[in-house]
Amino acid sequence: MTELRLALVGAPNCGKSTLFNGLTGGRAKVANYAGVTVERRIGRFHTPAGQAIDLIDLPGIYGLSGRSLDEKIAVDSIVGASEMAPPDGLLVLVDSSDLRTHLQFVLQVRALGRPMIVALNMIDLAERDGVKIDDRKLEQLLGVPVVRTRATRSNGRADLLERIDTLAAQGEWKRPHQTGKVDVIASFQREAREMARAVILEEPVMNRLTRAIDRVVLHKIAGPFILAAILFFMFQAVFTWATVPMDAIDSAFAALSGWIKTELPQTWWRDLLTDGIIAGVGSVVVFLPQIVILFALILALEASGYMARAAFLMDELMLNVGLNGRAFIPLLSSFACAIPGMMAARTIENERDRLTTILVAPLMTCSARIPIYTLIIAAFLPNTNVGPFGLQGIVMFALYLAGVLSAVAVAFLLKRTVTKGAAQPLLMQLPTYKMPDLKDFAINLFFRAWAFLKRAGTVIFTVAVALWFLATFPQTDQGIAGSFAGRIGSVIEFLLKPIGFNLQMAIAIVPGMAAREVAVGALGTVYAVQGGNESSLAHVLQHAWSLPTALSFLAWYVYAPQCVASLAVLRRETNSWKWLWFTVLYLFGLAYIAAGATYWIARAAGL
Amino acid sequence: MTLQTLRKGQKGRVRAIATADADLAVKLREIGFSEGDEVEMITSGPFGEPLAVRLNRTLVALRGNEAAAVEIDHD
Repeated sequence: MTELRLALVGAPNCGKSTLFNGLTGGRAKVANYAGVTVERRIGRFHTPAGQAIDLIDLPGIYGLSGRSLDEKIAVDSIVGASEMAPPDGLLVLVDSSDLRTHLQFVLQVRALGRPMIVALNMIDLAERDGVKIDDRKLEQLLGVPVVRTRATRSNGRADLLERIDTLAAQGEWKRPHQTGKVDVIASFQREAREMARAVILEEPVMNRLTRAIDRVVLHKIAGPFILAAILFFMFQAVFTWATVPMDAIDSAFAALSGWIKTELPQTWWRDLLTDGIIAGVGSVVVFLPQIVILFALILALEASGYMARAAFLMDELMLNVGLNGRAFIPLLSSFACAIPGMMAARTIENERDRLTTILVAPLMTCSARIPIYTLIIAAFLPNTNVGPFGLQGIVMFALYLAGVLSAVAVAFLLKRTVTKGAAQPLLMQLPTYKMPDLKDFAINLFFRAWAFLKRAGTVIFTVAVALWFLATFPQTDQGIAGSFAGRIGSVIEFLLKPIGFNLQMAIAIVPGMAAREVAVGALGTVYAVQGGNESSLAHVLQHAWSLPTALSFLAWYVYAPQCVASLAVLRRETNSWKWLWFTVLYLFGLAYIAAGATYWIARAAGL
Repeated sequence: MTLQTLRKGQKGRVRAIATADADLAVKLREIGFSEGDEVEMITSGPFGEPLAVRLNRTLVALRGNEAAAVEIDHD
């Protein structure tokens, strides 16, 4: 039996990704779109009858006009305009509590003449609110199969799977058909209104709970305070909750390293294992708890429906910079990682605004910088209080703030020069609040944590091994300066000396290009090779670096575009080498100036 | 009158989408505005913009400029 290719189509927030995760278990391969080279998720699953389905998850759309990049991708995939063959059929998801608004879209898709099933999703929530829909009548009027689904439960997906099987048995999916053309949404509105009147039997007022929450959350004064409190809580959580698991991971790696040192004979490969691999990989894996917490909170904000409110509250401020409230979501995501952030920018309709958002996304302090900041701050700043706040926390906050303010300043300048254009309209739905589904949430979180660990296991492992060899051989009496790494580093050190960097830092920032957190692993390896003593990296750095040097290193990492993966995504999302080089140069420029200024000011201040 | 001129708590019905900006008209219709729909002004942002409007059973955020393109009959 050959596989069926089905695409998930529907408005944003109607539960497409939840259905996708529910059916495929979240296992998806990421494929590129021909032409625009943008990713989409494809997952394989089997129906009860054993039919293999390749399910394609498409971005949410309200209609087929395809204005933003995301929408263009979705529309092209449905009608088969991209180089990829169109899917065999469509699964059109509708939020059941809002059938009236989205029926016009169902009619617009139906006019394409492709095999399809309409799924009335979240029917449980709608019925709980008192909505009553005559789904048999709807099926009869539409002339296509209509099923009721609850994407989060496997029994809520059973009817849909059964219908897919029935159509497969009848050969409906593979039936040759005439593809209709895309007609404007306006021509379907009258029909949609009449159909809604016939099939929506009862429809109470809008969700009361959402109204009640919004009275507080969107309040002119309380709203911004709540947003600020949520952001503050997020960063507190990242730095306080994570301490216990981080200490546990840290001691586990130290114990492993110690055990190997006592159990194995003193050989070069034992040193490679302890000083190279464990020191390098361990110093990065230790940050997993912080990254998991940050991703968990951002996912929860998204799934609950709050994120759109944050965009609403921030719109006017973002407008002053020249962007709109929508840009707030990609930028907030960039605190976890600039890569999903830049990809989230696809929902921004205007190309210039999307470009501006992508170009400043690397300035938001991503989670890969947490290892560096935490290490240096813990090593060089006393754990004292300034008023009610800890000094270390204040410096951390200042680093985040420096990133945000720089992003604002750069966006402001860009919008007045290279990405000039009129202010763009804001038009978005504020979804009904809902409890995030635990299983769906867990799947999303797991795949993000897994991506981080996979990187630690592959890129960071490779870098740690390679660096250990480069830093160990050839063995001369000059120590690390005589090694290959030392010779390469000394060239870079020449450039970075004016901003207070030493040889070890110059060596560490090169592999740090693979990913910022690798710089910490690299410092771990370099100093482990050099010193060979058992004390922690923070302790070693206290003796090796001056305070101005440490501060200069922090300032460097606020700006430095030190992550090849994010640069590759930036190149792909902008589809331009010009913007890639522009970003690399402006970020290195800012990094050099900021680090240099920090170093010399700190020296002048006698630190 | 237009949607922009509704005060907080006031309701109306969409009479027409009237704008010279064809792109905006498509966008407004796609997000769900159509003749006869019930609208209600819920609130506005911290600085007076954007506006949060109830459209049938959903909540839509838009700026005054966009809201001005939606002509309504005041209830």
